[in-house]
Amino acid sequence: MMRGGWLRAYALLYLVFLFAPILLLPLFAFNDASVIAFPLTGFTTHWFQELWTTEALHQALRNSLVIAVLNSLIATLLGVCAARATSGPAFPGKRGILGFIMLPLVLPEIVIAVSLLVVVRQVLDLQLSNVTVILAHVVISLPFSIAILNGAFANLDPAFEEAAQDLGETRWGAFRLVTLPLVFPGIISSLLICFIISLDDFVLAQFLTGANPTLPVYIYGLTRFVKSLPVIMALGTLLVALSITLLVIAEYFRRRGVARAGLKDSGGFL
Amino acid sequence: MSIFDRSPQARTAALLSPPFLYSLLLLALPLVAIVLISFWTQTGLDFDTTFTLANYRAIFTQPQYILGNAQNWGVIPVSLFVSATVTAITVVLAYPVAYFVSFVVDPSRKSLWLFLITIPFWSSYLIRVFLWKVILGFNGVINTGLQALGVIREPLEFLLYNLASVIITMAHAYAVFAILPIYVALEKIDRSLLEASQDLGESRFSTFLRVTLPLSVPGIVGAVLIVFIPTIGDYVTPQLMLGAGGRLVANTIQTQFFKGNDAPLGAALSIVTMLMVGIISLVFLFLNRRWLRGRS
Repeated sequence: MMRGGWLRAYALLYLVFLFAPILLLPLFAFNDASVIAFPLTGFTTHWFQELWTTEALHQALRNSLVIAVLNSLIATLLGVCAARATSGPAFPGKRGILGFIMLPLVLPEIVIAVSLLVVVRQVLDLQLSNVTVILAHVVISLPFSIAILNGAFANLDPAFEEAAQDLGETRWGAFRLVTLPLVFPGIISSLLICFIISLDDFVLAQFLTGANPTLPVYIYGLTRFVKSLPVIMALGTLLVALSITLLVIAEYFRRRGVARAGLKDSGGFL
Repeated sequence: MSIFDRSPQARTAALLSPPFLYSLLLLALPLVAIVLISFWTQTGLDFDTTFTLANYRAIFTQPQYILGNAQNWGVIPVSLFVSATVTAITVVLAYPVAYFVSFVVDPSRKSLWLFLITIPFWSSYLIRVFLWKVILGFNGVINTGLQALGVIREPLEFLLYNLASVIITMAHAYAVFAILPIYVALEKIDRSLLEASQDLGESRFSTFLRVTLPLSVPGIVGAVLIVFIPTIGDYVTPQLMLGAGGRLVANTIQTQFFKGNDAPLGAALSIVTMLMVGIISLVFLFLNRRWLRGRS
């Protein structure tokens, strides 16, 4: 299999290219030097200790967490509605409406950010705050939530719910007792992915954040100071580790959801 | 029990209305607002709401936006060039990977590969861009690494603060978007077609050229659009990689809403940029369709 061999080598090289920047994070986060350069000079946890004592950072982190949690709850709730509607019977305009809701997947984020900013500041004359950031994050999280939940709702046999109703359950009871447990892994997966999207977003947050910056906005402020580079590396290490952990959990639940729905796993979130 | 007792269609419509309403209020309405504002004028902190085409006139007549001058291109053509280059590089580099996962990898390990490929995409975009700056910088990882190994004496200066560094960073960031659509298209190809082609005497390579590649075109088209369109709006990468000097259109837009304080001009710039991206995408789709029809 010569061809497979070359392709495999190329694919592995490509993976290295994809992961190389991230792998540098821990390398320099634990390096005992204030510049990001080779050769490495020694091991230290100093940069992590600095994170521990920076109050402004904790404030930004709390902010980001509140925003991310509320965003994932709202986006997933709306996502459940949309995904269930997707698998339901067609009505005029349904495809168009769903297509429109998915639009942020291909819209440049800056366009969404700018247009929301204009509405909030100039049309509604409201102050920017965490609320405006959450509203914006739901706009970009919703398409991902729907994509994940579609996998859980699709091919869910309607006969299950019908059977429950024939046996005396109300429509809501049938949904709660039969469908909800079946799609539950998908819901967990959606919650986690929306959480990550919000936690990692910089563009919308920079435009729409109020007096209290979110974590990425705070990090961006730090990138202007050369002396804070190692601290960013330490912070980045923690953030990426958190994202990957959540992602692994989300992937686990997504697969369980797909398996419960009795589908073949097509892999991936998108 | 109100609407929930009606027909299944009505129930579906009722279910879809909360997300639809949300998108209407927070996506459609803002997009309409930005079109409106682009015809207004900024006066201090307020707007003069008399209809004017002045913002568009400025964009189409002043050299810095589209026309350019003897030394420099306009910011929109440069941005389109960067996005197009990123798209071409990303798609060409991604195709073999998608092909590998779809045709070579054992089916039981496909989702593991896809999962590995998507992991970097889910880590903070800001951190990733910042890392490329650290990697390519004057005293960065590549330069100091090569110096430590004795390959070079002086740092390579061409690595940072030019369009190439922007292109590398974006090509890395959007890799996943290119791989997944191509992978999905490749997965849909009926494998018996490939056997048929080889049974009829085609070599593996000509089978790829005449069967696999044409059938994967929808995936390539999807990949091109999903990389080309969002990259034009990326202002973080140019801001970090280009420093204070060269800028792309997304930075110009961003500046209008912050330091420049001319929201109507920023709005008009976003609209002109999106229209150009839209037109290029449509022309690309049209040419592609004609090419496909010409073949059959």
